[in-house]
This record gives sequence, C-alpha cells and structure tokens, in this order.
Amino acid sequence: MKIMTCPLNGPRNIAEFTYGGEYHQEPDPDRSDDRSWAEHVFFHDNRAGIVVEWWCHNASAFWFLAERDTRTDRILRTFRVEDYVSATETMP
Amino acid sequence: MALGLLKFGFRKGYRATRHFTAAKPLKKHYDVVIIGAGGHGAAIAYNLARYHGITNVAVLDKAYLGGGNTARNTAVIRSNYLTEEGVAFYRESVRLFRGLSNELGYNIMMEDRGQLTLAHSDAAIRGFRWRAEVNQHLGVRSELVDRQTIRELVPNLRMDDDMRYPILAGLWHPDGGTARHDAVVWGYAREACRRGVELHQLTEVQGIEQEGGKVTGVVTNRGRIGCGCVVQAVAGMSSVVGEMAGIRLPIHSYPLQAMVTQPYKPLLTPLVSSPHLHVYIQQTSRGEFVIGGGSDPYPLYNTRATLELKETLSSAILELFPFLGQAQVLRQWAGITDMTPDYSPIMGMSPLRNYYLDAGWGTWGFKATPICGKTMAELVASGNVPALIRPFELERFYRFRQVNEAGATAASH
Repeated sequence: MKIMTCPLNGPRNIAEFTYGGEYHQEPDPDRSDDRSWAEHVFFHDNRAGIVVEWWCHNASAFWFLAERDTRTDRILRTFRVEDYVSATETMP
Repeated sequence: MALGLLKFGFRKGYRATRHFTAAKPLKKHYDVVIIGAGGHGAAIAYNLARYHGITNVAVLDKAYLGGGNTARNTAVIRSNYLTEEGVAFYRESVRLFRGLSNELGYNIMMEDRGQLTLAHSDAAIRGFRWRAEVNQHLGVRSELVDRQTIRELVPNLRMDDDMRYPILAGLWHPDGGTARHDAVVWGYAREACRRGVELHQLTEVQGIEQEGGKVTGVVTNRGRIGCGCVVQAVAGMSSVVGEMAGIRLPIHSYPLQAMVTQPYKPLLTPLVSSPHLHVYIQQTSRGEFVIGGGSDPYPLYNTRATLELKETLSSAILELFPFLGQAQVLRQWAGITDMTPDYSPIMGMSPLRNYYLDAGWGTWGFKATPICGKTMAELVASGNVPALIRPFELERFYRFRQVNEAGATAASH
C-alpha cells in the first residue's frame, strides 16, 4: 500500500486520492487567444522527474498540492494550496 | 513463400544467420534518423528502404531493439473502433498484419482469433450498436451478439445471472486477432537492415539541434549525427524526447500493468475484453493466459508493480473465468502508455519542418504498427501527410477537432 500524506487528514492509502493534473498558472480567459487556451486545456509538461500536481482526498473533497518524482514513484512533499502559493510568491 | 519453406526444409544444414547489422561506428550524416527502435521505428525504416528507396537511415535506441512497449504490449490486433477516422486507420493496419509474414518472409505468428467485447449494461449495448454500425459501414466485420452466441463463442465464460455484473451482450469482431509482437519488430528490422538501414542500439539521443525551425542534427551518447530529418517513434517517452525538440505534447504517461499465468491446454480461442471490469484476456499459442487492464490511476515513468492493480486484474478475471482461481502468475510487467485526451495517436507534422511525430501511443500502439510504418514512411519520403493519418495531426488540439476513441479502447480509465 502506498501512503500519501494529506495536509488535512494525515497519512492515508493513495487509493483514497484522485490525481488532478499538473499545477500551472491558468491564462486569463478574457485575454487569452484560442491557441494558448487549447494549450492550457490539453497540453502538459508530462515531465520525467520532480513535478508539482493537484491531488484530491476523495472522502473529504479536499484539494491540495503534492510534489512527486515521476521516475521513482516517490511522494516528496504535500502542501495546502495557500502555503505553496505564498511560498512560491516570496521566492526570488 | 511456400516454395521457399519447402526448399528450406530439404536443406542439409541450418546455419544461423545474422538478422541485424552488427554494431559499428555512427556515420556523420543520415538522410533520416529514426529515434526509437521499436515496432514503429523498424516498420518506418523498412517502408522507407523497400518502397521509397531511402536507405541512408539510422534507427537509434537508448536500449535494445523492441525492448520497450513493443515487448510490453499484450499483442491485441483489432479495428472495431468508434470514429470513422479510427476505424479506417486500424482496418488498414489489420489488413497489413494479415499479409505481413509473407511480406517480410518472417513468421509473425498472426492468428485470427476474433475478439469479443462484453457489455454489462444497457449503455454499453447502445455503444456497441453504434460501433457495429460504423464498423460495418467501413467494411469491418463487427456485430452485436446475444448471450447464446457468447456461450457458443466462449464456452468457458461464466454467464450466471447472479454475477456482480451480468453479461448482457457482446460486440463480436471476427477480424480481431493476435501476433507475436517481438517477431513483428524483428521481421521489420531484419528486412530494413538487409536493405542498408543501420540499427544502432545503446545509442541514446540526448539533444536535438535545430536552426531556423528545422532540425539539423541529433546529439547522442556516441556523438553528434547530422540528419536530413528526424522521426520520433518513442512510445512511453514521447513528451521527454519531444521536449528536447522544444515540442510540448498533449500527453500524460501512465504505466499499464499486465501479467501472464502458467500455461494451460487450449481453452480460450477469442480475445475477450470487458471494458466495465477493466480487464481483457487471451490465451497465447503456448497456453499462457495474458491478462491486461486499465492504466494506473496516476502518471508515472516507472514500470514497478503494484499489488492493488494485480488484485483488481485478478478479481475481475475471476469474475469472468473462475477456473483461473488456481492459476499461478508466471510473470508480470508494465509498459508506459502515452495517453492523449481523445485516445487517438499524434502522427504527422510537428512545429519543426523536418521533425515528424509518431507519438501518443496509449493502449493502441502495437495494433497500428504496420500502418504507421507505411504512412509515416510515405510522409517522410514525400513531405505530404497521407489522408489516413491527417486526422491525427498535432494541430487538431488547437482546432478542437479531437478524434474521440475513449469509448472504444478496451483499457478505458
């Protein structure tokens, strides 16, 4: 059994979670053209390495972010969205 | 071929012959560099050499010939898809598979077994009716069959009314079959090498050089090669290699786990699939049951095994074939599937003028091998995108013109 640590519920079986896609900035829907919107919807970095992604704990419907290595299948860190956003915004 | 076989049988000795070119230094320049020596790469090289007279071709692989998804798929051949574009494409592939042993002079062990997909709900039956209509319209043998016909086709299948998901009907596809997947790539590579194509194994592409929207060369762990054009045929690594060329793709890569049991006497002729239970099964000619299912629940570039998925596969297959309860699993493995949003491949032109894509092979790559070889070679040789693969261009995602095959892929998520 693979364990993922939910920032709200603590360590749980990864089967209790749903993968929700790569974390990236959404383009402004009012100002984005069709091509960049298509890229936002369909295209992915799909990186082999360390990635930041959306995950959801199904039973509590709690969305959070996880840092994961897609080559080793290791979950490195999980964080609440607000913590991640404030941390990345203060980074130089 | 029959005469050749007879002559071969009367020979005094049977000397081993070399199939592929021996390892040798890379040339400075090739007209075509194919990244990935799997079934697709080998088939493209063969078609270039045989039908287009292009033999200054290098097929590069970071590992060995046919060691990636060509060795890891479950060797299902079928064309009963849902969209006209998809059906026409795979129909042509099945036709080429039928003649491939003769074409290559190499036994790919093609077997016309027929393929049966099971419906466990009214919604599935409606989907099957739709598929059967599209299939028949395009000349593919495919029909909705009732429970009695299913009993006759697969006598060992459990058809009880008190099953968790009772079987209501089936989509019977007599054109479906299987072949030896390794033999397909070996045959293509042998015939390509015989015509002058160079196979370079243990040659990893580490960078792609470009200038003014064109590829000029590839950097490998064995040095730099100049090239006229590049074909990327690396299922399971499409995004990673694409990124070297600066091309972002609409792909998520998931492992797909499969397993085989110990061998049994012949018990199951057709390939049987249940999209609802996320499982499909076939018995190989040497008696082993090959069991595959849906991809893993999250993206990964790792072929590790998980007990959860093996349990899901086992419980689903026991629902259909309880006699396998005593079977021992001999081997298990995983392949990396490059899943596209519409479950169709990405083939043809890329944003770079002389860089061609053969990507986005999720769970539908092996069955497309011969037609990919043919159409991609045509594209490389002529520069024109063949009509059969035009719908699968990368541009479709920008035009919101996806080719939705999500309902017709056996291993649906």
